[in-house]
Amino acid sequence: MAERLSPLARFTPVSADDLRIAEIPFLTQINLRVDPKSRAAADIGVALGAPLPTEPGTCTSADADVLWMGPDEWLVVGARGHDLEATIRAAAGTAHVGITDVSAQRTVVAVDGPRSRDLLAHGCALDLHPRVFGPGRCAQTMLARAQVVLAAREDDGFRVFVRSSFAGYLADWLLDAAAEYLPEGTVTSR
Amino acid sequence: MLLIPCPWCGPRDEAEFHYGGQAHVAYPENPAALSDEEWARYLFFRDNPKGRFAERWNHTAGCRRWFNAVRNTATNEIEAGEVTA
Ligand SMILES: [Zn+2]
Repeated sequence: MAERLSPLARFTPVSADDLRIAEIPFLTQINLRVDPKSRAAADIGVALGAPLPTEPGTCTSADADVLWMGPDEWLVVGARGHDLEATIRAAAGTAHVGITDVSAQRTVVAVDGPRSRDLLAHGCALDLHPRVFGPGRCAQTMLARAQVVLAAREDDGFRVFVRSSFAGYLADWLLDAAAEYLPEGTVTSR
Repeated sequence: MLLIPCPWCGPRDEAEFHYGGQAHVAYPENPAALSDEEWARYLFFRDNPKGRFAERWNHTAGCRRWFNAVRNTATNEIEAGEVTA
């Protein structure tokens, strides 16, 4: 069987006291389009363990992470191999709902540690202060000129969703920007 | 750089947006009935005011929704965006 290679398969994870950077490959990602006021939206929320978040820029986490992408659009993220599409399809039934597996579209980079906000702020115009962008917030924006989805987690953790073809560039950029936060001599070549 | 208020995402850098030109330009009800000159007027002729100007913007790097905003072409001040279909 052919081996599956993630976009950042050759990326060496960074692990320092204040900053950790690593790819989380092969997460299941489903793009969901549905009228938020419809019965189907409510049913899908029940199936996923939490109502679809309707406040812009917010994310819920239950059986899967559900990120607000637009007024009628969400990104549903689950563990590798989690058949979210089947769960959502079963809940949607025959209703007018768009369900698309986009797992291969983006890979995910985890940026964790007390320096995560400082690092991302090198290339992101959003206010990432926890008062504004704390756990449960998400945003589609630009990071170092690449389009990304940012999701804030507990304990200064972030998930950076980046298109597969931009992942190598963004990983290089993150390593370069991280240099000042890492102990001297840390190997950050890819 | 302009800070443009997306009605969904809030204020974001201009670089996240695509400009859509003048707002409220209605598609002709019966395009086939238009003369070439009328069709050209619909396609190419736009207002060019000094002052308040209603414009279409798309938040391409964000929620990817279209909205209208009023920009003052003399000062670049932008009034809050409005959700459109
Ligand atoms: Zn937006």
